[in-house]
Amino acid sequence: MSSISVAQHENYLTADFRLWSWLTTLDHKRIAVLYTVSITLLFFIGGAAAALIRLNLLTPYSELVSIETYNKLFTMHGVIMVWFFLIPSIPTTLGNFLVPLMIGARDLAFPRLNLLSWYLYVIGALFAIESLIAGGVDTGWTFYTPFSTMFSNTHVFAAVAGVFIAGFSSILTGLNFIVTIHEMRAPGLSWFRLPLFIWAMYATSLILVLATPVLAMTLVLIAVEHFFRIGVFDPALGGDPLLFQHLFWFYSHPAVYIMIVPAMGVASEIIGCFARNRIFGYRFMAYAMLAIAAFGFVVWGHHMFVSGQSAYAGTVFSLLTFLVSVPSAIKVFNWTATLYKGRISFEAPMLYALGFVGLFTIGGLTGLFLASLGLDVQLHDTYFVVAHFHYIMVGGAVMAFFGGIHFWWPKVTGRMYSDAWARFAAIVTFVGFNLTFFPQFIVGYLGMPRRYPEYPPEFQLWNVLSSTGAVILALGYALPLFYLFRSLRDGPTAPSNPWNAKGLEWQTSSPPLPENFLRTPIVAEEPYSYSSDGPSHG
Amino acid sequence: MSHVEFFPAAASTIAGSIDNIYFVWLALSAVIAIAIAVLVVIFAIKYRRSSTADRTVAVGARYEHTMHRIEVTWTLVPLIIFLAMFLWSANAYYESATVPHDAIPVYVVGKQWMWHIEHRGGQREIGELHIPVGRTIALVMTSQDVIHSFSIPGFRVKQDVLPGRYTTLWFKATRTGDFRWFCTQYCGTAHSLMIGRVFVMEPGDFDRWLAVSDTEGSMAAKGARRFRQFGCSGCHGPSANVHAPRLEGLFGKPVQLQDGRSVIADERFIRDSVFLPNKDVPANYEPIMPSFRGQIDEEQMLEIIEYLKSMENVPQGVQR
Amino acid sequence: MASTVASIAPQFDDAAQQRDASNLGIWIFLATEVLFFGVLFAAYTITRTQHPAAFAAGSRLTDLTLATINTALLLTSSLTMALGVHAAQSGARRAIVGWLSLTVALGILFLAIKGLEYHADYVEHLVPALNFSYPGAQASPVELFFYLYFVITGIHALHVFIGVVVISVIAYMASKNTFGPEYFTPVDLTGLYWHLVDIIWIFVYPLLYLVSRS
Repeated sequence: MSSISVAQHENYLTADFRLWSWLTTLDHKRIAVLYTVSITLLFFIGGAAAALIRLNLLTPYSELVSIETYNKLFTMHGVIMVWFFLIPSIPTTLGNFLVPLMIGARDLAFPRLNLLSWYLYVIGALFAIESLIAGGVDTGWTFYTPFSTMFSNTHVFAAVAGVFIAGFSSILTGLNFIVTIHEMRAPGLSWFRLPLFIWAMYATSLILVLATPVLAMTLVLIAVEHFFRIGVFDPALGGDPLLFQHLFWFYSHPAVYIMIVPAMGVASEIIGCFARNRIFGYRFMAYAMLAIAAFGFVVWGHHMFVSGQSAYAGTVFSLLTFLVSVPSAIKVFNWTATLYKGRISFEAPMLYALGFVGLFTIGGLTGLFLASLGLDVQLHDTYFVVAHFHYIMVGGAVMAFFGGIHFWWPKVTGRMYSDAWARFAAIVTFVGFNLTFFPQFIVGYLGMPRRYPEYPPEFQLWNVLSSTGAVILALGYALPLFYLFRSLRDGPTAPSNPWNAKGLEWQTSSPPLPENFLRTPIVAEEPYSYSSDGPSHG
Repeated sequence: MSHVEFFPAAASTIAGSIDNIYFVWLALSAVIAIAIAVLVVIFAIKYRRSSTADRTVAVGARYEHTMHRIEVTWTLVPLIIFLAMFLWSANAYYESATVPHDAIPVYVVGKQWMWHIEHRGGQREIGELHIPVGRTIALVMTSQDVIHSFSIPGFRVKQDVLPGRYTTLWFKATRTGDFRWFCTQYCGTAHSLMIGRVFVMEPGDFDRWLAVSDTEGSMAAKGARRFRQFGCSGCHGPSANVHAPRLEGLFGKPVQLQDGRSVIADERFIRDSVFLPNKDVPANYEPIMPSFRGQIDEEQMLEIIEYLKSMENVPQGVQR
Repeated sequence: MASTVASIAPQFDDAAQQRDASNLGIWIFLATEVLFFGVLFAAYTITRTQHPAAFAAGSRLTDLTLATINTALLLTSSLTMALGVHAAQSGARRAIVGWLSLTVALGILFLAIKGLEYHADYVEHLVPALNFSYPGAQASPVELFFYLYFVITGIHALHVFIGVVVISVIAYMASKNTFGPEYFTPVDLTGLYWHLVDIIWIFVYPLLYLVSRS
């Protein structure tokens, strides 16, 4: 397949250079770029909070910042990273860019809703940043009542408003993807010929659309209660603070699957390409993501084993939590099996993807510790939980996100970056990540609680190790800024398919045309039809 | 840097079984994680692009069948392991969640940002908890403001402490010494300062400690004074001219309610009857009891409860 | 008659795809609304289970007459909306505008009566955080009832208001002869939204006004 010369046709980047054209664009690819810029900014704000947290924890006493400030730091870190980075990340950047391309469409079903989604995200982020500048919020990202509604005198309303607005951004994105995937697939592209990334976007969108409204209304209830000082979560009036927890986690547990399922889709694309092999158990992989999405809605009570909820409820949630971990386990086995008899190369995207598999495995295994009722009593609200979810969300989702950025960078920008630097950054990230978060398992079992700016001096070694790792991890995250930006300036021009990958997105130019394809493709082969026998061909 | 800790002390009767579950998961996780890592490394080397390893893939029904069996196996085996661990840990949980009937109650009120303890004999502590070794202790806890959580890592126990209701946590210490206790539910500014130490003493030493501690009488005696002070005896006493339930021997017994339900007169029931009297109205009584919200604080409420427990015909111990 | 064929947006291959996409989109949106209100129904149900007597007392203080009239109005408006959609399918311009305008009028009447209800609640000191007062020990849970009452009916009324605005816009478009057998999707989608608003009220009405009233 000859690559289409960029010079001969305009591409989506060169179609119009005016800023106004970007701010009013309906092109899903441009919207994806707008999102990428926004969430990168929010990522570094949330990351700055993390840096201050880890620096403060170098010593057992809160010497860098006051304890009031520390409480605001971990709250803003959580709020920003969950709602303004992780949840949008892969779907709004890679998803927006790739969904139409991968299914052979010209755009998403509702381009104007897509642009609206971005504006809602930005407005929500502005509210969140305003709450930060005005002095911060100190409720924790979980906003437990009655503290958040009746006791905190920080800027709860602005933060809650920001998350509420950003929630609608999520809902519209999910709605757009579901309709697009159902209605706009190219001829011949049946469901079981779809790339697993599309299946991932589809499963994620189901969760986005069904879970986020629950969060929205729950936020309305706490905002009203905070503002009017009366509400159903206030025990002084006969209300129930546990009701808040149930409503909050009913959304927030599926939310973690919003954060990881896209990463699973990215991993499948990368591993298939760089192992030059069919994804092992393709149908199981697709069904597994749907199962995770569905089961993810019935396990929320595992966040509440010691909350005062009944032992009966705890038992049911524990059992269901074990069941939901089975599909994830299957996926890990299948990725490993995909390497078998492949032709494996280790460019940066592959390093990130393999790192994802390892770290997701550890994170997932530690989830089993937490699902165990009796053991969770010891582990709940300690650093063991912090380590568990960072292994999944950072070691898992963020590594996969970075892998995806590197994999599709040539397609999005039309440039190649320095693979040597990228591999170095991937390794630095992997090492820094493990040093940061593995000690937290140990200090968690010792009993070190979450959200503590001060801790017993006997725990200091583990905190120092963790903070040292954080410095290395920060370096790993900062490096891509340099070599990726440099690639924009003077990186080699990218061919349409630099990795020789399968998938419709690689059959158009790098960067793609504004309308994606000159002619709508017709699909006649199975996905991941990499041939393992004989030389690979494009 | 001070002395480094690697693993918490195991100082209660359930610590051993919780640690066993932890170690089994640790072993299983290590096996699985290492197996995956080893396989990935082996495949990465053997099937790297430049290698000449044999990559012919079998085809046909027999191959498909084998692959299918592999997939079913690696689905079922984890599932069976998970179910076994689920049953084991649920069982351990029930043990820790079921308060033994011979538990000695100690009352805890958490508030921003300190813990108030009161023993039955009226001894009070703040941020310290003295208990005898080898005896079953049940903490009956409530919060005066936001949700807190009471955690003693050395005992492997933890329970959220809620405003508006009572939660219970029990343990039996197996060694003397002092052990950390933390608040483990974020509760505001000084959450990390809401910590304390549990002092486990030989029974003789503990009795001596109880004897020398200042009290104004036992909790039950104080509760009796409150019962009169707040006017409870005016309606619930023997010479009342209001049709109100008599409370002697009530605690722990079932009560028939107006709407047909039957509940046990436990700590929750007593507390709700005082602060939300129209919530669980007993059958054959009018809902005329006033609410004492804002008049009786949490610690006084617990003293009244102890008083009711101490009345005749009452089974000792803590109701769940 | 002016053209009633919709222009096909560039991302779609044909009118059928555009129509199918719009339909699936609105159904997904309706699902999100169901979950949105589901939270309120869950909060109400759970709090009611914890305070059955107080919530029954609260129910008795609501205005059953006005709420019943509102129920009749809303149900009728769903009928007029459905007739409007039917008229749009056949392109009868005056009928579309007529039925949609009637729907708008019924919606406005609903909101007006809701306003009367709220005013009466204000006069009777039943507005939490504003002037709520209730004798006896039940005051707090009864206040919770009214908190939920205002939140639920308020958010529902907001949805009615949005519906009224959207239907007015659609009616205006209909008066310009925009709709016909080839293109009536906006009327169809708006109708679905309006029916959902009605269905939600059908849950709100018994939950707040009827259960345990006697």
